[in-house]
Amino acid sequence: MAKYVIIGNSAAGVACVEGIRSVDREGSITLLSSEPYHTYSRPLISYLLEGKTDEERMKYRPDDFYEKNGVDARLGVRVTEIDPSEKTVTLDSGEKIPYGKLMHAAGSVPFVPKIEGMETVEKKVTFLSLDDAKALADALTPESRVLILGAGLIGLKCAEGILSRAGSITVVDLADRVLPSILDETGAGIVQAHLEMHGLSFRLSDTVQRFEGNRAVLKSGETLEFDVLVVAVGVRPSVSLIENAGGAVRRGVATDETGRTSLPDVFAAGDCAESYDISSGQSRVLALLPNAYFQGHAAGVTMAGGREELKKAIPMNAIGFMGLHILTAGSYTGETYVSRDGENYKILFYESDLLRGFILIGNVARAGIYTALIRERTPLSGIDFALICEKPQLMAFTAQARRDLLSKRQ
Amino acid sequence: MKRVYVDEKWCLGCHLCEYYCAFANSGRSSMVKALKNRKIHPRIRIEGDNQISFAVSCRHCTDPICVKSCIAGALSVEEGVVRIDEEKCVGCETCVLVCPYGALMPSESGVMQKCELCIENAGGKPACVAGCPNKAIIFEERA
Ligand SMILES: Cc1cc2nc3c(=O)[nH]c(=O)nc-3n(C[C@H](O)[C@H](O)[C@H](O)COP(=O)(O)OP(=O)(O)OC[C@H]3O[C@@H](n4cnc5c(N)ncnc54)[C@H](O)[C@@H]3O)c2cc1C
Ligand code: SF4
Ligand code: SF4
Repeated sequence: MAKYVIIGNSAAGVACVEGIRSVDREGSITLLSSEPYHTYSRPLISYLLEGKTDEERMKYRPDDFYEKNGVDARLGVRVTEIDPSEKTVTLDSGEKIPYGKLMHAAGSVPFVPKIEGMETVEKKVTFLSLDDAKALADALTPESRVLILGAGLIGLKCAEGILSRAGSITVVDLADRVLPSILDETGAGIVQAHLEMHGLSFRLSDTVQRFEGNRAVLKSGETLEFDVLVVAVGVRPSVSLIENAGGAVRRGVATDETGRTSLPDVFAAGDCAESYDISSGQSRVLALLPNAYFQGHAAGVTMAGGREELKKAIPMNAIGFMGLHILTAGSYTGETYVSRDGENYKILFYESDLLRGFILIGNVARAGIYTALIRERTPLSGIDFALICEKPQLMAFTAQARRDLLSKRQ
Repeated sequence: MKRVYVDEKWCLGCHLCEYYCAFANSGRSSMVKALKNRKIHPRIRIEGDNQISFAVSCRHCTDPICVKSCIAGALSVEEGVVRIDEEKCVGCETCVLVCPYGALMPSESGVMQKCELCIENAGGKPACVAGCPNKAIIFEERA
């Protein structure tokens, strides 16, 4: 029996392997993954289409990762059931694999809304996996008119990736602005103008009412002709295996700070699971790669009998389009400090002596100093807030705090 | 492991460390050719005002949040040194978003660069440490 079984071969699964191995060099690990590839970096699929990376370089870990870590990687097999009383997982082949401790790091699945006539669309893809990226590349010609449903992170990253491979790109979203989950109105305006300057067209506060083959009829009444449809309206946490096994599921799999689910010896991490967001005080799905790693690592250490907890989770986004960088973190509540100069935009949110969140566009240098203030819950009264508003800098700290940061081992 | 430590008491704010760093990482043999009339992109930066100044470069954290966060697997720890594979980096700036010291900055080409303690260069001491005229940057083992 494998001591550890891991479902998932992406950020959270890999982090779990590394967490386990930081405590237990010996215990056998079996890793199961529906995708047939060596672990790859999912966010890089748009960079792949853009030609900024290739399949070799986008590997998330080196070729010898499984061998070096003593992992029996079974790639291209799907888990169909978890039986928590027998402590087995069942594969699509019918094979049963027993586990001592189980990690469920199954990520998310694309959400495809029900729209009349969707089945009549000839070329349609979602944009979540390497296979999706390959299918999209195959579907595109330099003349293709692309319709992207969703102006969120995935839809816009996809647009950037295919900009030079497509004839035209139109993005439709029900929201009144781009990147609605991470930007305020001003920030969204700057980003939208930047994207339009590079040739994207937007139809916001609008949606597709029905498809008629390669025509989309919008709610506003407008009709758009297109050749390729990309559905990027959102993702849903993969929870069905845990749910069917009787485990607690809210929006994502419910876990404690070590990644433990309500099922004995079953852990979950990454996009499928919820985390406790200290910037909002709420449990939520933080579908972001760094958080998947932190959570997977903490769970791996715990599974192997060590101690590690996910304590400082917050939403954190780094995204950029054609040279314009956008870094955001935390929650957008409280008082604000705003500065703007052309495409450079900054808004800081603070309340109760704490920095709660920020949006930086354009000049993003050293933003991690802001992020650390949120994560560490540093009292603003103990630093020079005027200097911090000006830019992220260690000068804003006391000489003693700087000594601790720069003259001690970290 | 030996790391770089700075003491603002001794820093003159002369920026020489920045020039030594840019030169050491330029791959050129002449300092004049490497630096003259060029915008330099050092991996160590002086922060401060007229009264206080200090150098900031990667702390080579024992539990590096940048490595855990990198979306491309471009950052890794090799014998305690936090290293970057510039071939893998796509310049997403996630590491900039998480490093509490503001120690990473993009190179001329847009991919990230960071202090690697000069392990690829002349060896021995990091160039900033060797070049600091007032011993404000020290390379040693601390507990
Ligand atoms: C286009 C795009 C761009 C993105 N950009 C960013 C970004 O810039 N920054 C950022 O922080 N995040 C980004 N993300 C989000 C990021 O990719 C995810 O947060 C991260 O991949 C989550 O990792 P995970 O390990 O939880 O799950 P996933 O990466 O979703 O991996 C899930 C794994 O589980 C396996 N699996 C699922 N079900 C089964 C089953 N039944 N049996 C066996 N195996 C199964 C899959 O094969 C896969 O290996 C982006 C996502 C996309 C799609
Ligand atoms: S880049 Fe920043 S977070 Fe990473 S090891 Fe260096 S100081 Fe630590
Ligand atoms: S900028 Fe490069 S090193 Fe930094 S997180 Fe992104 S891919 Fe990794």
